[in-house]
Amino acid sequence: MSDERQNPAEPTTEADLDPGHYHLRLYVAGQTSKSLAAMANLKRFCEEHLAGRYDIEVVDLMTNPQLAAGDQILAIPTLVRRLPSPLKRIIGDLSNTDKVLVGLDIRPKVDAP
Amino acid sequence: MASEAEQHPTLPKVETGITGFDEITFGGLPAGRPSLVCGAAGCGKTLFATTFLVNGATLFDEPGVFMSFEERAEDLVANVASLGYDLDRLVAEGRIAIDHVRVERSEIEETGEYDLDGLFIRLGYAVDTVKAKRVVLDTIETLFSGFSDASILRAELRRLFGWIKDRGLTAVITGERGEGQLTRQGLEEYVSDCVVLLDNRVEDQITTRRLRVVKYRGSAHGTNEYPFLIDAEGISVLPVTSADLDYAAPGGIISSGIAGLDEMLEPGGFHRGSSILISGEAGTGKTMISSSMIDAACRRGERCMSFVFEESGDQICRNASSIGLDLAQHVQAGLLRFEAARPSLFGLEMHLARMHRDIDRFDPSLVVVDPLSALRGPATEMQATILRMVDLLKCRGITALFTSLRIDGAVDLADDFGVSSLMDSWIKLQSVEANGERSRTLYVIKARGMRHSHQVREFLMSDAGIRLIDAYIGPSGVLTGTARLIQEAEEQAAALRRRQENERRRREATRRRLSIERQIAELEAGLEAAEEEERLLLGENEAREARIASDRREIAKRRGAAG
Repeated sequence: MSDERQNPAEPTTEADLDPGHYHLRLYVAGQTSKSLAAMANLKRFCEEHLAGRYDIEVVDLMTNPQLAAGDQILAIPTLVRRLPSPLKRIIGDLSNTDKVLVGLDIRPKVDAP
Repeated sequence: MASEAEQHPTLPKVETGITGFDEITFGGLPAGRPSLVCGAAGCGKTLFATTFLVNGATLFDEPGVFMSFEERAEDLVANVASLGYDLDRLVAEGRIAIDHVRVERSEIEETGEYDLDGLFIRLGYAVDTVKAKRVVLDTIETLFSGFSDASILRAELRRLFGWIKDRGLTAVITGERGEGQLTRQGLEEYVSDCVVLLDNRVEDQITTRRLRVVKYRGSAHGTNEYPFLIDAEGISVLPVTSADLDYAAPGGIISSGIAGLDEMLEPGGFHRGSSILISGEAGTGKTMISSSMIDAACRRGERCMSFVFEESGDQICRNASSIGLDLAQHVQAGLLRFEAARPSLFGLEMHLARMHRDIDRFDPSLVVVDPLSALRGPATEMQATILRMVDLLKCRGITALFTSLRIDGAVDLADDFGVSSLMDSWIKLQSVEANGERSRTLYVIKARGMRHSHQVREFLMSDAGIRLIDAYIGPSGVLTGTARLIQEAEEQAAALRRRQENERRRREATRRRLSIERQIAELEAGLEAAEEEERLLLGENEAREARIASDRREIAKRRGAAG
């Protein structure tokens, strides 16, 4: 189990240096409607609020089931904000915009300027 | 009921390997279905589930997946290590997979629709990895604290249990006991095949764990509350309510190790497999008599187990050496085992449960409970417990020796916890206090199936063992101790007097006989003298007559007559 946990933690070395960088990982299980909706919603948010300082990694648990335990995935779809810390989990198809923004701590940043 | 279940094997079952549980469910948990194990905090749900899984992997070659929603894998491993379960090794060998599912409400933000496919994927992945046949979900209700949308959760749980059935996995799902229902979230609605309720009740500051099979669809099961035990040996359930009286009475007579006591019983000892009660006041020698019996059994090469509630095993060994019994050698030889525990350590049920398990493991032919009266509890429960204890031993053909402390000195048949009727033999020890001293006496109140002495015997304990002496029954009662010695001396003196009198009378008779003989001799001598005289007189007469005749002839010749 412990080695499974390390697998998703490997990437994003250059992004670690940038404190404002968002490293997001979206867990889905197959091409369900909820997954597709979540992916579309996520792309839209990021382009609107985090343009240029984000990267998205999509993990399909149907093909990589061993990755589910590492990020404590239960619900599908789950969006994990790996950076900036602390780690955040947002579950659902991301259709509630306000909650996503609060969950990713984007709202305050947007409101400030 | 058991035979019925065997005759109609309608429902395939999976053994849990938990002592006793498989008996009361006639085979274990339903195979390929989820079962619910519920109970309040700290009543052993996780342990039950872990045992089910570990036994599956080690005893029945059925790998398992432990999905923990509460404890981390490391904590789980540490917690069950005390029971001798090496989860780390089983995980390394690929026979068990542990997945800790952490549900942290603060880390989860819900936005829109979701399902629990992640959980399914994780479980499925773990099951596939070890090719599991058994699954534990502990405690899945934790999910309800992590997700706010209960309706989604309920739908997903229903789907999960359906999925478990489809995969043919035998699952144990644990649930926290809720108010008014078996589990907080009403899991019993989804898991309806088999529901086991664990309970941990405190009465008089003593905790007793109990287990009950609430329901078992499609199968007969024991419906009572059964005590169960968690200790260093794991978990064991006791189907102790099965008090059938159909046990076989084993043959044979066993010696009590005390020659005098054996003599009091007509066959020369107790029946094998009988239950013997030794009652008496403090200091009457109950433990010494039981020690003698243990020693005798061990010398015959039989295994003995002694449950002691007031002393330690070492102490009993030491005390027994004062009457010349070396119990320590039997302990070393593995023939004798002492199980010492304070009576207040557990409730009655737990004591019984512990004894049950220890007896099954050690397989003794003689069991000593010393003293029975140390066990405390409500009178009714007390009698029921002792009844089951006696049955437990009887159905195994084990000779049982119980000692019981009696406060009073009188022959009161009331204060025996109502156990006397359960006992086959009853030896009563009594201290007799008279003439400023106490002495120990013993008598047999009853001995089923044998004639026995009704006499009160005094017994002495010395470094040569226990020796029984016939007690003297005088006009003022039983004479013991010094009084008995005085009586003995008096009897000896009387015997001496009688012997001397006899001697005197015999000498007198001899003297008289001799005197008569002397008289006879004198008379005979007189007779002889008289006869001699008579003979002499007769001779003189003849001589005189002859002389007269010759004289006549002379005279005639001189006269010249021709005659």
